[in-house]
Amino acid sequence: MALLDRHIEFLEALRAAGLPVSLSEGLDAARALGAVGWGSRTQVRDVYAATLVKRHSQRPTFDALFELYFPRLVGDGVAGVRADDAALDADVAVDARDAAVLRDTAASIRLLQDQLVDALATDDTERLRQLAAEAVGRLGAMPGRGPGLSSWSSYTTLRRLAPDEVTSRLVQGLMASGWTEEEAERVAARRVGAYTGLVEADARRRIAEERGPAHIADVSVRPTIDRLDFLSARRADLEELRREVYPLARRLATRLTQEHHARRRGPLDVRRTVRASIASGGVPLETHHKPKRPHRNELVVLCDVSGSVANFASFTLMLVFALREAFSKVRAFTFVDEVHEVTSYFTPGGDMVDTMTRLAEASAYAARFGRTNYGRAFELFAERHADALGPKTSLLVLGDARSNYADLALPTLRSIAENTRQAWWLNPEARRQWDTGDSAATRYGEVVPMVECRNLTQLGEFVHRIA
Amino acid sequence: MTWFSSPAEATARLAEVGYLADGPTATTAFLAGTLEKPLLVEGPAGVGKTELAKAVSRATGADLVRLQCYEGLDEARALYEWNYKKQLLRIQAAGSDGQGQDWSQTHDDVFSEEFLLTRPLLTAIRREEPTVLLIDEVDKTDVEVEGLLLEVLSDFQVTIPELGTVSAVRRPFVVLTSNASRELSEAVKRRCLYLHLDYPDSEREKEIVTSQVPGLPAKVAEQLVTVVGRLRELELKKAPSIAESVDWARTLIALEIEDLDAKAIDDTLGVVLKHASDTERAVRELRLRR
Repeated sequence: MALLDRHIEFLEALRAAGLPVSLSEGLDAARALGAVGWGSRTQVRDVYAATLVKRHSQRPTFDALFELYFPRLVGDGVAGVRADDAALDADVAVDARDAAVLRDTAASIRLLQDQLVDALATDDTERLRQLAAEAVGRLGAMPGRGPGLSSWSSYTTLRRLAPDEVTSRLVQGLMASGWTEEEAERVAARRVGAYTGLVEADARRRIAEERGPAHIADVSVRPTIDRLDFLSARRADLEELRREVYPLARRLATRLTQEHHARRRGPLDVRRTVRASIASGGVPLETHHKPKRPHRNELVVLCDVSGSVANFASFTLMLVFALREAFSKVRAFTFVDEVHEVTSYFTPGGDMVDTMTRLAEASAYAARFGRTNYGRAFELFAERHADALGPKTSLLVLGDARSNYADLALPTLRSIAENTRQAWWLNPEARRQWDTGDSAATRYGEVVPMVECRNLTQLGEFVHRIA
Repeated sequence: MTWFSSPAEATARLAEVGYLADGPTATTAFLAGTLEKPLLVEGPAGVGKTELAKAVSRATGADLVRLQCYEGLDEARALYEWNYKKQLLRIQAAGSDGQGQDWSQTHDDVFSEEFLLTRPLLTAIRREEPTVLLIDEVDKTDVEVEGLLLEVLSDFQVTIPELGTVSAVRRPFVVLTSNASRELSEAVKRRCLYLHLDYPDSEREKEIVTSQVPGLPAKVAEQLVTVVGRLRELELKKAPSIAESVDWARTLIALEIEDLDAKAIDDTLGVVLKHASDTERAVRELRLRR
């Protein structure tokens, strides 16, 4: 395939993955490659990154696609060639693959694990990459499948490699060299997570080699972190999301102050304008304006913290409290089938991680039977915390509106909503899933306007709107 | 003139003036010079974004013209302004010297080069010597200023209604820096090359610290870089930047600390961590106080 075709295909894959790559940026990339040349793969990647990726959050998507379209090695690379020297024709190659399957005895897995722990301890990315390729090559092959079926599996590789065992050995290794336990565990988890990513990437690369990169790009490239659904986030994603919350709050705060400043001029102050005009002989050269009173809402957040919705609730709470200066007062309540106030957990300038941990612990107070019951929660809220609501309050309900077919207490919610200035319901489910199963989205949506809020971008836009 | 002849040369020449660039940085700097496109550098505070522009200017012997952006920056401060006081004087002088100059003559006179006050953007474009134009903290400006930048960044020209279009005699090397406190518009980004600078790996950070603070013992440098690396692993509100590790190294020299043990870290932690909750977390996670 010609280099130009590969270039065009790569650009198209980037666009399909949601990166806004314009025609002129594609031309820039081509010109830049002309200037730098194709001598080194990392340089080619840097050139593409400099000309095509204009937002840091898009970088992981770019890297994943670059690995597919410009793989760092083909097959097993140099190591594979050495092992399969004799493999001259197809039959022998099949034999070699069978041999590889035989080779992966317990002893060889053990050896691989040892090498892996060493490499992880020093965090040597290049070595880790080699080991990922080796692991997939030796443990991830799925022989016996017909052509056209995916023949490499990162899942199989990882299951046989037992990453949990590797992690615990790494933790011990790190602790032996003077790290504290929590630190060692956190670092080990992150490095093993990164290695898992490398193994997955290598399996993708091998599949792409056999079936063409376009095929795998469609199915395997994940959305960028700010467009990732809260409900489909994996554990590693959650940490990354949590890291994004504070910068997002900071960006929103900047935007809010800028917009506030732009609107600062209030109505004309006639007295001051006339007074000032005396200096210029009665001609009002400069007008003076009354200062505009900042309008601030009180905010009451009521969130469902059961199961998978819990993550969404805590991110929203973190964001709202990080922006607390935009509101005159914020109060937060969590519920499953019992209502519990959590306002006191958010101290100004408090640590994000600690707050999240305490929030997770506190969700136990919000559950009595452990089955989500929106109706009961609203009634309890109206009974115990009616003082939180007033004509200046905005109410925010967070949850998927799945109430286990229990009584919805619509009249109670209606009276709660009527007591407030505004009320919204944020639903982390995709709109097409509303009203399926036990979801009462539409019925609640008639009382309180319901907004779809699936990812950080949507959440940021919404919070900006109400602040 | 060409700015750099190859990425490798860029690395070498930047290193000569004390800026240790990694691969992507050098490649992108080389491209910015070769393609004559502006370079947008993003990244957390204190990783050497502004320093990159200064280093390019030192390495190539070009002069640095700097536009510091802030909220409320406008055309008159960024591009050009008419010196209206001088214009007034000129008009009064024309009327009072007796013979009386023709009005149309005066009218043309007061909108000439003589009465033009150039601001950084116009200055950079009109200069005939090699120039590095640094537009610092673009994200601090209002959205309208981005519109102003577009003409300068894509065609390297400024249109002054009274004078006509001023095109660049020689295209400057433009560096824009941003802390990403606000998304820049797609229009600006499309015209730029993009570089995201991040915290360096420990090896490179050690080189940077030792090159910036020559008197630092190798052992302390090693310890310092390790501790800073561990601090960045924690989820802090503001992770320590390169600038802060350099400051820390200077502090250690001033206090004549020869060994960075738990007590020494605890005593000087204020140099690198600027939030109370961050300090608390670091003390707890690194077990500094027992």
